[in-house]
Amino acid sequence: MPAPIRLRELIRTIRTARTQAEEREMIQKECAAIRSSFREEDNTYRCRNVAKLLYMHMLGYPAHFGQLECFKLIASQKFTDKRIGYLGAMLLLDERQDVHLLMTNCIKNDLNHSTQFVQGLALCTLGCMGSSEMCRDLAGEVEKLLKTSNSYLRKKAALCAVHVIRKVPELMEMFLPATKNLLNEKNHGVLHTSVVLLTEMCERSPDMLAHFRKNEKLVPQLVRILKNLIMSGYSPEHDVSGISDPFLQVRILRLLRILGRNDDDSSEAMNDILAQVATNTETSKNVGNAILYETVLTIMDIKSESGLRVLAINILGRFLLNNDKNIRYVALTSLLKTVQTDHNAVQRHRSTIVDCLKDLDVSIKRRAMELSFALVNGNNIRGMMKELLYFLDSCEPEFKADCASGIFLAAEKYAPSKRWHIDTIMRVLTTAGSYVRDDAVPNLIQLITNSVEMHAYTVQRLYKAILGDYSQQPLVQVAAWCIGEYGDLLVSGQCEEEEPIQVTEDEVLDILESVLISNMSTSVTRGYALTAIMKLSTRFTCTVNRIKKVVSIYGSSIDVELQQRAVEYNALFKKYDHMRSALLERMPVMEKVTTNGPTEIVQTNGETEPAPLETKPPPSGPQPTSQANDLLDLLGGNDITPVIPTAPTSKPSSAGGELLDLLGDINLTGAPAAAPAPASVPQISQPPFLLDGLSSQPLFNDIAAGIPSITAYSKNGLKIEFTFERSNTNPSVTVITIQASNSTELDMTDFVFQAAVPKTFQLQLLSPSSSIVPAFNTGTITQVIKVLNPQKQQLRMRIKLTYNHKGSAMQDLAEVNNFPPQSWQ
Amino acid sequence: MIKAILIFNNHGKPRLSKFYQPYVNTQQQIIRETFHLVSKRDENVCNFLEGGLLIGGSDNKLIYRHYATLYFVFCVDSSESELGILDLIQVFVETLDKCFENVCELDLIFHVDKVHNILAEMVMGGMVLETNMNEIVTQIDAQNKLEKSEAGLAGAPARAVSAVKNMNLPEIPRNINIGDISIKVPNLPSFK
Repeated sequence: MPAPIRLRELIRTIRTARTQAEEREMIQKECAAIRSSFREEDNTYRCRNVAKLLYMHMLGYPAHFGQLECFKLIASQKFTDKRIGYLGAMLLLDERQDVHLLMTNCIKNDLNHSTQFVQGLALCTLGCMGSSEMCRDLAGEVEKLLKTSNSYLRKKAALCAVHVIRKVPELMEMFLPATKNLLNEKNHGVLHTSVVLLTEMCERSPDMLAHFRKNEKLVPQLVRILKNLIMSGYSPEHDVSGISDPFLQVRILRLLRILGRNDDDSSEAMNDILAQVATNTETSKNVGNAILYETVLTIMDIKSESGLRVLAINILGRFLLNNDKNIRYVALTSLLKTVQTDHNAVQRHRSTIVDCLKDLDVSIKRRAMELSFALVNGNNIRGMMKELLYFLDSCEPEFKADCASGIFLAAEKYAPSKRWHIDTIMRVLTTAGSYVRDDAVPNLIQLITNSVEMHAYTVQRLYKAILGDYSQQPLVQVAAWCIGEYGDLLVSGQCEEEEPIQVTEDEVLDILESVLISNMSTSVTRGYALTAIMKLSTRFTCTVNRIKKVVSIYGSSIDVELQQRAVEYNALFKKYDHMRSALLERMPVMEKVTTNGPTEIVQTNGETEPAPLETKPPPSGPQPTSQANDLLDLLGGNDITPVIPTAPTSKPSSAGGELLDLLGDINLTGAPAAAPAPASVPQISQPPFLLDGLSSQPLFNDIAAGIPSITAYSKNGLKIEFTFERSNTNPSVTVITIQASNSTELDMTDFVFQAAVPKTFQLQLLSPSSSIVPAFNTGTITQVIKVLNPQKQQLRMRIKLTYNHKGSAMQDLAEVNNFPPQSWQ
Repeated sequence: MIKAILIFNNHGKPRLSKFYQPYVNTQQQIIRETFHLVSKRDENVCNFLEGGLLIGGSDNKLIYRHYATLYFVFCVDSSESELGILDLIQVFVETLDKCFENVCELDLIFHVDKVHNILAEMVMGGMVLETNMNEIVTQIDAQNKLEKSEAGLAGAPARAVSAVKNMNLPEIPRNINIGDISIKVPNLPSFK
């Protein structure tokens, strides 16, 4: 068997391969040779073979058959063998293979070897890929080596200890005594790794952290070391670009950050040194900046005095103006972290940040965009929005969605005027219309509805926008909806804000029809367009026939959604023509609700399906009784399958009409309008014919459906009763109405009820009816609680009551565990 | 901690790959993915990137430096200082330069194991061990000497050669040219 070729030869051969197939062939041949050599148990050439195997592994070829050979190499006496063997173990093995446990004994022997380099190899391997079993077995040896005076071994042992702690956190205490003297070393390598070890211990265990703060007086030690580093002048060993051991400085700063967090004493002790580092470090090279960056992060994290914080933010501001992109990136990242706490200071650098939006680098642009959104407030909204809109125009597509959402949010919070708001939205829709998120459309529609005086202006601008181009779906959807609602304003040519345009009814219908026909329109958009055309039948006067024709064409459309709509609208024309104008009236002003629970259903139903069937007619226009009765007849007639008649979220008081009297007592609103559910809950059962008409299920099971009420608390004359309702549309919501009554002879004032639920639940407390519980049970306080229970777990609640009674303040905590199963199952 | 250290050339061929976390079966894919991300970068943008999906997504950052034909990429998590790692890469390359005398890609190709040894003196278990260049070079030299005394990787045949070299043979003049010597009889006036 000829001697196996040397590693160099192999590499040279492989490099001559011209194709992937050739290379694979060479490697397979060599693998075969290596395998037969392994079988022959040849000690002399084993290390050479394993080295070749490692090279092939790096190129991506399978090398697992060499794992056992690595063990044989590790067990050998020669340093060369051990070196390659350990390297092979680190590259080829990991803790998931059981084979690695065979190494434990070898490592143990090598940790006690006479040659320090062998000990070093063993420590290195253990620290890189030791599993938790190995670490447990060998922790004692590592701890012994941590106390040796040999600095080469000590630093390796420190890092190995970090690995052990990561794998087996319980062993942390074992290393504690050894750490006492670590910081007294002169050798920087040992200092560095010791700081790493201490950092790991402090991060893992708050007890350790407290221990190090108080008992070991760690902070003064670290401050002393740092001071020496800065003041020591030029030391050729540790110098990197003129600064003395920057790596150690950075590590110490990081440890100081952990020690000083939330601790006043430690923070005070390090104030001076931080100020010194911040002012004395040279910033011309990357090393100086690295130290400054770390210092700034530390200052922001500990409880530093305000002068120091201002210094830190100014340093970051200087970073922003630096030519080096890396520095700017790093500055933007840190400013993003600090903008919550030191908002005003960061505002000063706003113009620089906005300039970064125009940078060529993608990473910097993203950071600048996030930071800009965080800095927007009521004062600078106009200027910032101009810049952000310009950015939206010119940025890469991957940013557009985030930018658009951010702009909408900012505009909603800080819009100085409605017109400005609408203009901004129009601008976003026209520039980035196809990147706008789907949930933005309902929000926009709701916003437009609410700005009543701007309807004419809005519809005019939207019409102009889609005249040219109707490919951006969100834009077209919003436009179609608006034209449908406010088409009469459009053709009448009344617009105060802008020069009114002359549009005829036919032109409007033209554009809506082209949207319907166009291949670029999605099914949702078509639905919007068809409904808009239908609504125009009551707003337009001369084109009703045309509308009828269009609607009837789509009665045979392949798209089921369109077909259903068209058929229903057709029926409206034929059989229910007398009701058409009532049904297609203007939408009421919608209340914006942003909470969880059943309101979700209400909102989306109200907006994405602007179906003409609403249970409450809108406030505009008088409601002749005949129409109201007709509406009831319609609902009672059941000819058309009603879209779920969830009530729109208008306040009950704003809708007029006799219809409301009939509906008034019934709490059909699932919306958490401020009005609590009064004691009218039991009256939900009348009027019967209306409920028949609402043949789709009523929203709430009432008490008659049989969830028993419970007495949740009864003490000192205060009694609290819970009554339950379940929502049919959202089975994980339970609505609890509490009634608090007082049987003593004095009133209870300033009554506050608070409740807490386990983590898997969500709780919403509405405002109570009052804060006084009158005496002698003459009245009650009622309050509504909504509980969202998505995991259908057993309902438990802890309640806290505070009130004033007989001149003294009372407080009580109680747990409610007797919820009936029907309330949460 | 440092999750991985990769060195590859402008075409994506790996020259060194060291992983400090067990990534089974995906090591080659990670190298390829990292190469894709890094090679797309322009020359004058910053040296920081979000990590690709295979290596941990946006929790991990790729910090890279491009030297001539090689990319040095360190994949780190958020506990490391980005600027510090940039300096570390610089120190690593300078150390390689010192150990190999004007290091170039060929040196890395033919001496992968030596590069691993140098790296092992700098980074251990994903954490920075030693950053002093001279210290590292001293250690490496000592270990190499130890290896050489055992005749190193080359094994048995080299031992024979070095044995011959170490034989203490008396000095044998190499060139004995006996042609053409005009033997001059010295003028010995002083001889009596």
